[in-house]
Amino acid sequence: METKSIMIVGVGGQGSLLASRLIGNVLLSQGFDVKVSEVHGMSQRGGSVVTYVKYGDKVYSPVIEKGEADIIISFEALEAARWVSYLKKGGHIVTSTQQLDPMPVIQGVMQYPEDVIGKMKAQGIDVLSCDALSLALSVGNAKASNVVLMGLVSTKMGFEDKYWQQALESCVPPKFLELNKKAFELGKNA
Amino acid sequence: MKKLMLGNEAFARGLYEGGCKVASSYPGTPSTEVTEEVAKYDEIYSEWAPNEKVALEVALGASIAGARAFCGMKHVGLNVAADPLYTAGYTGVNGGLVICVADDPGMHSSQNEQDSRHHAIASKVLMLEPSDSDEVKEFVKQGFELSEKFDTPVIVRMTTRVAHSQSAVELCERQGDELKAYEKNAAKYVTLPANARKLHVTVEERLEKAAQYGNDCPFNKVEINEGAQFGVITSGIAYQYSREALGDKASYLKLGLVNPLPVDIIRDFAEKYETVYVIEELDDIIETHCRKNGIKVIGKEIFSKIGELSQTIIAEKILGKTPEFDTFSEPVPVRPPVMCAGCPHRGLFYCLSKLKVTVTGDIGCYTLGAAAPLSAMDTTICMGASISALHGFNKARGEESERKSVAVIGDSTFMHSGMTGLVNIAYNDSNSTVIILDNSITGMTGHQQNPTTGKNLKGDPAYAVNLEALCHALGINRVRVVDPYNMKECEEAIKEELAADEASVIISRRPCALLKYVQHKPALKVNEDKCVGCKMCLKIGCPALSVHNGKAVIDATQCVGCGICTDMCKLGAIGE
Ligand SMILES: Cc1ncc(C[n+]2csc(CCOP(=O)(O)OP(=O)(O)O)c2C)c(N)n1
Repeated sequence: METKSIMIVGVGGQGSLLASRLIGNVLLSQGFDVKVSEVHGMSQRGGSVVTYVKYGDKVYSPVIEKGEADIIISFEALEAARWVSYLKKGGHIVTSTQQLDPMPVIQGVMQYPEDVIGKMKAQGIDVLSCDALSLALSVGNAKASNVVLMGLVSTKMGFEDKYWQQALESCVPPKFLELNKKAFELGKNA
Repeated sequence: MKKLMLGNEAFARGLYEGGCKVASSYPGTPSTEVTEEVAKYDEIYSEWAPNEKVALEVALGASIAGARAFCGMKHVGLNVAADPLYTAGYTGVNGGLVICVADDPGMHSSQNEQDSRHHAIASKVLMLEPSDSDEVKEFVKQGFELSEKFDTPVIVRMTTRVAHSQSAVELCERQGDELKAYEKNAAKYVTLPANARKLHVTVEERLEKAAQYGNDCPFNKVEINEGAQFGVITSGIAYQYSREALGDKASYLKLGLVNPLPVDIIRDFAEKYETVYVIEELDDIIETHCRKNGIKVIGKEIFSKIGELSQTIIAEKILGKTPEFDTFSEPVPVRPPVMCAGCPHRGLFYCLSKLKVTVTGDIGCYTLGAAAPLSAMDTTICMGASISALHGFNKARGEESERKSVAVIGDSTFMHSGMTGLVNIAYNDSNSTVIILDNSITGMTGHQQNPTTGKNLKGDPAYAVNLEALCHALGINRVRVVDPYNMKECEEAIKEELAADEASVIISRRPCALLKYVQHKPALKVNEDKCVGCKMCLKIGCPALSVHNGKAVIDATQCVGCGICTDMCKLGAIGE
């Protein structure tokens, strides 16, 4: 099988680590060669962060380049727009509608573009979105918004639900498992 | 059993399986997780040393004592540890000594882009370069064998993408952890000139032998593809990029032993192809070696010495392929890293920016104080340079400068290499003002303990250096402590110490807001009746604060109630 590429993007601190672990877990269960790559350090502090997940028969480069991503999962609307150039023709964006102002916007030096998601769609990009933060809050924890998005993205990846459930069981501490399973379900049906 | 492992985690696994007994390191992205993972193995004694020089000396001592030993650091750390390294090349080892050096092509979180292969060449020690997690583990394990076989420290060069990528690793048992006998051997370990002259001969002979070994060793691999149109000589992550970009169109010589470089295997490979490319990240080290030996290759005339390589760059330069993609229809505002909401550095930096003082800075989370809107930093060079450079700045510009300049340095950085600069201020008498930003942790690299925090690498209670007493002992009489959440107190202290007629230290003390034990206050609220939208509160650059529709807005998911913005608002519009 040709190598597939998934990017997880967001703002430092939004929980992309758990998301990449869940996906990595599901892919391993399917017997794929998998590489997951993220940059730690400075960029964690409120900056733009990105994780690459690649899988197939044999994966070489851990990095995803412009025009290569089959799916971009984004925890924040502007971050989805930032990485559009990394999407392969015909690829999918799965994004939360949440908006976080970056410092140049807070300082009034730049504008947060209006209706980011609408504009991406108008460009002909397949965008699937949900208000992951509100859905996560509805199950009682804002932090579960990453798992809501995993539920949503699972509808695009074509692996059986039971593998996602197993991944949740092995990646999430038992006391948060029920909450995260609910969050996943909400995302799947969003 | 196969497991997905981060390159750094695989490094630690290799140390464990290879029988490592003693590990001493100093944190630095992208190397930090190696030692954090080592700490999880009870079979290995592990510690954070105050700096890389100390760490390497500890590891060398353990090696001389007969244990397999390890020392880890980022690329610039090797500059600090260069002194022991260059002589460790002469003394050699007893138990195997493996050093992790993590380079950061692309400078994801570093102040320069140096290529540590130069250090291996100059110090004449062996260097290995793996390209994925499984290789990392194997190279580290075999690194111990190599170290003992050739009687030399072995550096394993990591780069960000290898260190911070996860791939499958096959786990094995631990072996080789018996302590070797220690015998006093002054001719080997006491590098008096008379001994060192003989040792230098041994070093050159060893390099010869290792270069020969490189012609037929498990680290250097030839991969011939039928019908390949050209050859590629490469190493490390550049192999993975090349393989992805060029596939079966090329044959490959993948070099895992990158110092010393072999000759015959390269020549034999190169002779098979009309065109041979050297694909290496950063400097032209393999390429220069080829040219020196009369082997014709194409290298940096098409590839850059700057930044990372990638499959796209390689496909473009060699196959002439350009990627296809769309971009978003509008400009996307950049999202630079910022000090977190509640960061104790913020209040102090606001005072510095308000007082318009010259600030010689240092390396840590507080370097973000250089960014707008605080913009309160004039220099950042290397760890420790804030204090020593301030002294030099003041010696050059005299008393007037002493009255309006400060150095800022974090607690970990002060212990790393700030103390000697402070002694210099006392000894050579400049009336300088130094601010130690004591947030009780090594923040920038992701919360490592250090000698001031009262805990060790394993999180167990440890001796905590008393910074006030230390500064006194180093010769500074005026030492005072302020709370950076209290901006009025900070501003007064800075003004007074700048006016004082002798050197002084201000310790700005409050733990990092992200530490688990730190209690947060509820998010603050804006009283919309009082807020006039003047944006005064935005001057502190807090990511939880913005102004929408003419009123300040606080993001309750980020705000930890530090109250700096409350103090900024003259109208009393922000409160609990
Ligand atoms: C020689 C060297 N070693 C390691 C590093 C990586 N590094 C950058 S900042 C830093 C320490 C920061 O800790 P501290 O001074 O306590 O400041 P904080 O980030 O907590 O504000 C380290 C280890 C480096 N840049 N240079």
